[in-house]
Amino acid sequence: MKIKLIGIICVVLAAFVISCQSDEQVEFNRYFSAGSAVYQANCQNCHGAKGEGLQGLIPSLTDSVYLKSNKYQLACFVKNGLKGQIKISGKQFEGEMPPNDLSPVEIAQVLTYVTNSFGNKSATITIDQANADLAKCN
Amino acid sequence: MKKLVYAIAFILLWNACKLNSSDNKALPIFGNKEAVTKTVNGKQVTDTLYQTIPAFKFVNQYGDTITDKSLDGKIYVADFFFTTCPNICPVMHRNMLPVYNEFKSHADFRIISHTIDPKYDTVPVLKKYADKMGISGNTWWLLHGQKNDTYTIAKSYLVSLQEKNPQGQYVHDGYFILIDKQKRIRGTYQGTDAKEVEKMTADIKTLMAEPDQKSTK
Repeated sequence: MKIKLIGIICVVLAAFVISCQSDEQVEFNRYFSAGSAVYQANCQNCHGAKGEGLQGLIPSLTDSVYLKSNKYQLACFVKNGLKGQIKISGKQFEGEMPPNDLSPVEIAQVLTYVTNSFGNKSATITIDQANADLAKCN
Repeated sequence: MKKLVYAIAFILLWNACKLNSSDNKALPIFGNKEAVTKTVNGKQVTDTLYQTIPAFKFVNQYGDTITDKSLDGKIYVADFFFTTCPNICPVMHRNMLPVYNEFKSHADFRIISHTIDPKYDTVPVLKKYADKMGISGNTWWLLHGQKNDTYTIAKSYLVSLQEKNPQGQYVHDGYFILIDKQKRIRGTYQGTDAKEVEKMTADIKTLMAEPDQKSTK
């Protein structure tokens, strides 16, 4: 009896976990594929189809450590642009990235795409997360 | 009788196709053509005069004066850009880099990139851009000049440039123009399209092999 009950609880728990995961996966896929389109339209010209950047002029998007340590500023970088010195993959860059007129959901999508492409791996950056980050822009 | 006509038609067609596909490898010559009749040794000779790039004078990223004479005996590719261009220029020059690397050891090959924003793109700015792009030596010149001169020369490359639009951006098309040693236009390629630029690289090799383009050493 006891064993049966434990068995049922385990099955229910497992079902929960699986369905949760797939919900998350669906959400991730949705953000990722929409983000890919946003990237192509707004970022790819400069940063390249493989996020490779351009020589010493435009930084690559392949520095996972930089992306991770600036996770909560990325939304502001995209929205307001970025100016001045920046060190990416051990290389010093200067210059300017222009501001982008993207909606918070587009920012969330493109950040999900970038932080999960070009060798980067991270979680979904949701619209709630993007909005929270954008509220703290300088 | 009918069969004979068919046979002749077939042979003619086949020959016509064969002629086209034979290794008759020469690039077309673009631009306006003009027939000129002149008298040579008392004989009337008609010659085709092709459109050529007129004389010009600009300054490169090293501060050296570059004129049409600097490109005598060179095959070259020309384009128009500006260093702060947010849209097509990074793509154009990303695509131009392999061309630079492929031909930088050829003494008779050049790339010239005219800035269309001479106010911002001064000689030191162009030098910095070159350094960051990782280009050195004299294969790839970034040219600074009076705005009028640049806009005038663009027309002879069949490239269209426009003044700044209300958003403060320049509108220009991203063509790479291939010029031969006689300063004639031999190809135009969409510089933002990596496939077209690959074709340009192939065409440059074809052009270099043409008898009147051979290296003069």
